[in-house]
Amino acid sequence: MSKGRFGIHGGQYIPETLMNAVIELEEAYNHFKNDPDFQAELTELFNNYANRPSNLYFAEKMTQDLGGAKIYLKREDLNHTGAHKINNALGQALLAKKMGKTRLIAETGAGQHGVATATVAAYMGMECDVYMGRVDMERQALNVFRMRLMGARVHGVDSGTATLKDAVSECMREWTNRIADTHYLLGSCMGPHPFPTIVRDFQAVISKEIKEQMLEKEGRLPDVVLACVGGGSNAIGTFYHFIEDKDVQLIGCEAAGRGIDTWETAATINTGSLGIFHGMKSYFCQDQYGQIAPVYSISAGLDYPGIGPEHAWLHDIGRAQYVGITDEEAVRAFEYLSRTEGIIPAIESAHAVAHAIKLAPTMDKDKIMVITLSGRGDKDCAAMARYRGEELYDD
Amino acid sequence: MIKIADAFRNGKAFIPFITCGDPTIDMTRKLVKAMVENGADLVELGIPFSDPTAEGPVIQGANLRALSGGVTTDDVFELVRQLREEDGLTVPMVFMTYANVVYHYGTEKFLSKAAEVGMQGLILPDVPFEEKEDFDPACKKYGLELVSLIAPTSHDRIKTIAAEANGFVYCVSSLGVTGMRNTITTDVGAMVKLVKAAKEIPACIGFGISNAETARKMAQSADGVIVGSAIVKLIGQYGEEAVPFVAQFVREIKDALRDL
Repeated sequence: MSKGRFGIHGGQYIPETLMNAVIELEEAYNHFKNDPDFQAELTELFNNYANRPSNLYFAEKMTQDLGGAKIYLKREDLNHTGAHKINNALGQALLAKKMGKTRLIAETGAGQHGVATATVAAYMGMECDVYMGRVDMERQALNVFRMRLMGARVHGVDSGTATLKDAVSECMREWTNRIADTHYLLGSCMGPHPFPTIVRDFQAVISKEIKEQMLEKEGRLPDVVLACVGGGSNAIGTFYHFIEDKDVQLIGCEAAGRGIDTWETAATINTGSLGIFHGMKSYFCQDQYGQIAPVYSISAGLDYPGIGPEHAWLHDIGRAQYVGITDEEAVRAFEYLSRTEGIIPAIESAHAVAHAIKLAPTMDKDKIMVITLSGRGDKDCAAMARYRGEELYDD
Repeated sequence: MIKIADAFRNGKAFIPFITCGDPTIDMTRKLVKAMVENGADLVELGIPFSDPTAEGPVIQGANLRALSGGVTTDDVFELVRQLREEDGLTVPMVFMTYANVVYHYGTEKFLSKAAEVGMQGLILPDVPFEEKEDFDPACKKYGLELVSLIAPTSHDRIKTIAAEANGFVYCVSSLGVTGMRNTITTDVGAMVKLVKAAKEIPACIGFGISNAETARKMAQSADGVIVGSAIVKLIGQYGEEAVPFVAQFVREIKDALRDL
């Protein structure tokens, strides 16, 4: 079995053209992850550029309203650029810079990872090309503008379903075209080894902080930890330091779209099967011949037919549970958190909030739940208004 | 028994590629026959995949057309059976597809069917040396050869890959994805020499070869050349009328290789 395995999942299923690039990346990462200077530099960037540590906020009104478990929100939405994506972008860009790379390429779905990449590229003086499905560029026009404002070139991808999976494919193609000066700043805990490990390590700051903050505030660990899952980077970051704490229940919330019993879904664990795609062995939404399914979710960030290999493994061994949340449930949660706590969550994060709304009332009041709010919802306002039949802007 | 080695018995080998089911499976049958009649020494049959990450726009388009037409892996097996049993084709043939098409079908089941209908090998561009254990044992079990690829970025990996290679070594001529290029700047001759130093095995060059002149130039330093996008483009252009155009193109390339 090759490197980078989580159970049977993971691996390096990529063209030979890219093999030396991922080997070089792995060697560099193994060197720098144990380098105190690198880690100090990254911590400095986290704290003084990205505004870490992010708050662990006690959602008192939500707790009272739901009448069950005590609810905390891990406020990744308060990071610079408005989402958890900046953690990974800073880490990988710093690594790329140490490797002598001068150009970053990235895929993006909702545009949050593209914005994070464009941000770090501007900050570090690197060239930046972002690939984004044409459909997503329309859904997330504000983020396209933000990326361009910071100097990135945004390339519309028209192939396939013109969404996140096609943006990843196009990014892989572009990387085989220009490797020497270019780092592919993959945005989720997926793709070929070492990406799932690198992304997880840079996002693990989320659970490291939750643990410290929770011990400080409550003197104990939470009972349940919730996060939304597309590729799964904020979720793996949220879960990672709790994996060994068997009493902490880990729940990933997948985008069920119009329902897991329909074709219009992106709930990979609930509806997918084992496959090999985008560099990894994992679960994918696909047909009987292994053709990747055109998945659907209202959330451009969760609209992906696969899931990171470590999540596939956590599912296999029963350590984490993955539930499907429909568009309607997510939109209601988006509205609920806005009204109840005055916090507008990203529609992606609203999937986790939606499950909390179902779960919290079933739990005792002395139980503690943490929901990672992976991003803020400003970018989604126009789409949410449209979902409710209102157009915010004239065409 | 048909072997991949048969392709290299008559001088430099010409290996055309087409995507099965583009535009229909019946057309693929006619095209394969025409290519063989006009000098193809080995045929690379692409099984369409929804997300062909190693392909440029031309072959991406072919995959899309084929899948939109409803072609399945089982249809492709049936096509091969017809080409062997009914049309009596004896040139070696290999499948080119993506890992998931084989893996999700069931690797054992896929390879046993491939062998049964008369295929000689398999090319999986998203399966590098490190991952071949998923497929190579089953290939060996059913007598198919898993063709290894090397790229301009492979450098010191060439020796390792070539030493365990089967059938032929597919030398990727350029960075990037499949597609027609005006020039090929890689020193492919040097790549081929590294292959030969590790193992006495045919080495063929593919990616970016779009005309007789480049094919001839590339064949001077290799055992054969692979042409895909240029043929697929003709099929995209002429659709149901493509047979004579593809036949002529294949004849031109093969003629350019004859006296080498």
